[in-house]
Amino acid sequence: MTAGTDDLTAGLPPALAEIVEDFNALAVADRLQLLLEFSQGLPPLPARLEGHPELMEKVEECQSPVFVDVEVDEQEKAHLHFSAPREAPTTRGFAGILAEGLEGLSAQEVLAVPGDVGSRLGLDQAVSPLRMRGLAGMLARVKRQIRVATASA
Amino acid sequence: MTLPLDDDPKLAEYAHPEKLVTTAWLAEHLGRPGLAVVESDEDVLLWDTGHVVGSVKVDWHTELNDEVTRDYVDGEGFAALMSRKGISREDTVVIYGDKNNWWAAYALWVFTLFGHPDVRLLDGGRAKWAAEGRELTTDAPAPAPAQYPVVERSDAAVRAFKDDVLAHLGGKLIDVRSPQEYTGERTHMPDYPEEGTVRGGHIPGADSVPWARAAAEDGTFKPRAELEAIYQQEKGLDPSDDVIAYCRIGERSSHTWFVLSALLGFATVRNYDGSWTEWGNSVRVPIVRGAERGEVPAR
Repeated sequence: MTAGTDDLTAGLPPALAEIVEDFNALAVADRLQLLLEFSQGLPPLPARLEGHPELMEKVEECQSPVFVDVEVDEQEKAHLHFSAPREAPTTRGFAGILAEGLEGLSAQEVLAVPGDVGSRLGLDQAVSPLRMRGLAGMLARVKRQIRVATASA
Repeated sequence: MTLPLDDDPKLAEYAHPEKLVTTAWLAEHLGRPGLAVVESDEDVLLWDTGHVVGSVKVDWHTELNDEVTRDYVDGEGFAALMSRKGISREDTVVIYGDKNNWWAAYALWVFTLFGHPDVRLLDGGRAKWAAEGRELTTDAPAPAPAQYPVVERSDAAVRAFKDDVLAHLGGKLIDVRSPQEYTGERTHMPDYPEEGTVRGGHIPGADSVPWARAAAEDGTFKPRAELEAIYQQEKGLDPSDDVIAYCRIGERSSHTWFVLSALLGFATVRNYDGSWTEWGNSVRVPIVRGAERGEVPAR
């Protein structure tokens, strides 16, 4: 019994919807490999943040030191930066998914992303529900930073 | 078929040197028939990024735990898991992992529940292996399914349940969490809020010995004399004591369980795997806040 792809991608911005579809098109074991690819594809931090975790927000929901910083530019587009250690590939993978799925969206589009997007990736069985909470924590912090940035703009 | 013991002089001082191997021993014996190497990590993907050649991943969330009940797999589940991983009952199993071998010690403890005859921990774990520049590969082995008998889990000797702990109150209890968790200032580890509890503090009478005190800088276990200084001289424990160790979910206390039983030779050590995520959420169990061990309530 699986939900239709339409249900899984309902309310998601296009890039994130595509990621959800890609995960669900794979067998459960292969989904872990895709997560690993996202982990490897996490973009490096921009120079101003490299080596400066104090300029970023720590994601307490993650089991490893993970930091997130969201910039909102003059066009109200969000740019996400994540830092996560190589020894924590699952967490890096979650960060990679959000970095790719949310990059360049408008602040409003990011705020509208459903909070349950992690559960739509079909990773509960392969990763365990407890570990999936890290992704929800990252998304919540991204949204909070956007609210702060747009409120003060 | 059992592999030879590691005759490293540091290991030889421990009560049960047969429960450990050094990275040098593992490097020398890799590929020998009868050796199964298991990596067990906090991060489910870490093995996939590179692992000891020929090692298999055993994940505590998705493979050692029952999917529905908060419990470990049963005898049939464990036999099926071992078969899938290509591990036979006669194999010498060497387990290593990340984070100072927390999850490796936890996996070793679960193997012990099933009485696997020869299971050893890699001293220093994954970090030491990698730091020494030893080979890691991303090649996934495809082990031939092994025959592993269905052996029912035997919890009594090394596992304590909440009722056992209630009956044990007044006896030796070791709380291996951080000092802030012990005092109740914090109801979860700094990085682990999802495993929070509704009450903070510790079990009455429990002594605080954070697990990390047993670990050296490089993630190996401290030499026996240093461990004795902590657990026996400073804390006044005796190898003949009946001890229960607990933490938050039972993984850090597996590390201390291993120290007390395998390295110091305590005969009766149980790990309370329900730990604070059970105790701190339970109704009407006694709790002490603050740095003192506290009064054990009269029964």
